[in-house]
Amino acid sequence: MIYWQLFLSFIQIGLFSFGGGYAAMPLIQGQVVTLHQWLNMEEFTNLITISQMTPGPIAINSATFVGMKIAGVPGALVATLGCILPACILVTVLAKLYLRYRNLSVLQSVLHSLRPAVVALIAAAGVSILLTAFWGTGAAVTLAGTNWVLVVLFALCVVLLKRFRWNPILVMVLAGVLNLAAGLLRF
Amino acid sequence: MNQRLRLLRKLFLSTLYLSAFTFGGGYVIITLMKQKFVDHYHWIEEEEMLDLVAIAQSTPGAIAVNGAIVIGYKLAGPLGALVAIVGTVLPPFVIISLLSLCYETFQGLYAVQKILEGMQAGVGAVIASVAWDMGRGVVEERDTVSTVILIASFVASCFLEINVVYIILICGVLGVVRTLLEKRRAAK
Repeated sequence: MIYWQLFLSFIQIGLFSFGGGYAAMPLIQGQVVTLHQWLNMEEFTNLITISQMTPGPIAINSATFVGMKIAGVPGALVATLGCILPACILVTVLAKLYLRYRNLSVLQSVLHSLRPAVVALIAAAGVSILLTAFWGTGAAVTLAGTNWVLVVLFALCVVLLKRFRWNPILVMVLAGVLNLAAGLLRF
Repeated sequence: MNQRLRLLRKLFLSTLYLSAFTFGGGYVIITLMKQKFVDHYHWIEEEEMLDLVAIAQSTPGAIAVNGAIVIGYKLAGPLGALVAIVGTVLPPFVIISLLSLCYETFQGLYAVQKILEGMQAGVGAVIASVAWDMGRGVVEERDTVSTVILIASFVASCFLEINVVYIILICGVLGVVRTLLEKRRAAK
């Protein structure tokens, strides 16, 4: 019944990710890592990285990736279908209502209240990704166990992104290459 | 009938093309869709397009998919929506399916491990930067309720580890209540 579980999980992800893009990330983490343990935190972070570098929404990419990993092509199909089903129904209904009544102000203002929560959840997901990067999956946060190379790379990336407005994909690739270089030089 | 088929084919090819070559987030693809369907094909009026985008944004789910659904529906009804969805989902589906197969094989290599590990720091930085910009936008509104929601949601998710779905549901209800209260106040 793995197909049914995949389907249900990704329906929830599709149904509750307001605001697109990164907004789906905390939900995917909740379902895929915390609840069902289909991926560990490290694999999840790799998935987000891959999503960033390939076209397509994070939610669709994740559904395909997790589905493939858990149950092959049928799994990927089921998960992707679950992911877009809520949107198909809701968007079609709303579009129909709009084309008839053309008034969306209530929806817009509800969305206005949801936005701060979505931002907070994105930040929280970012924190758990960084915890995994710096201290490993599920490991204790100690000074001795810290991966200092990654801490330095993180700081560098933030500067490149914020100060010099580098392209995010370029920044991520650079971080990967520098980490490989650091690993090779040490040996 | 022939003309309708031609429209559907054009719709499918445009969404397929946009989805395959758009890197970086739903807002980018929405902009490109506007260029294609409003400026290039003249299938939709500019103002109507803005409303359709608002619908795509207000509904849960990926903005790219939602955008494809509204545009497809507007142009050719349910069948149009279906065609646009398939066009949008197909490229990431194929790419990620193939990548997930290679990923398993390459994952064991030292170089790949190190690069992926380094990219974790990079993706963390990208998310931190996005969250910082968005968070500053919220705080700069100088709206107490928004700021409280921001902080409370972060604490609830990061420290109390409350399920994300509940946080979103509670904030959604809060938004409805707030809107109703504001409407009542405005009516007085």
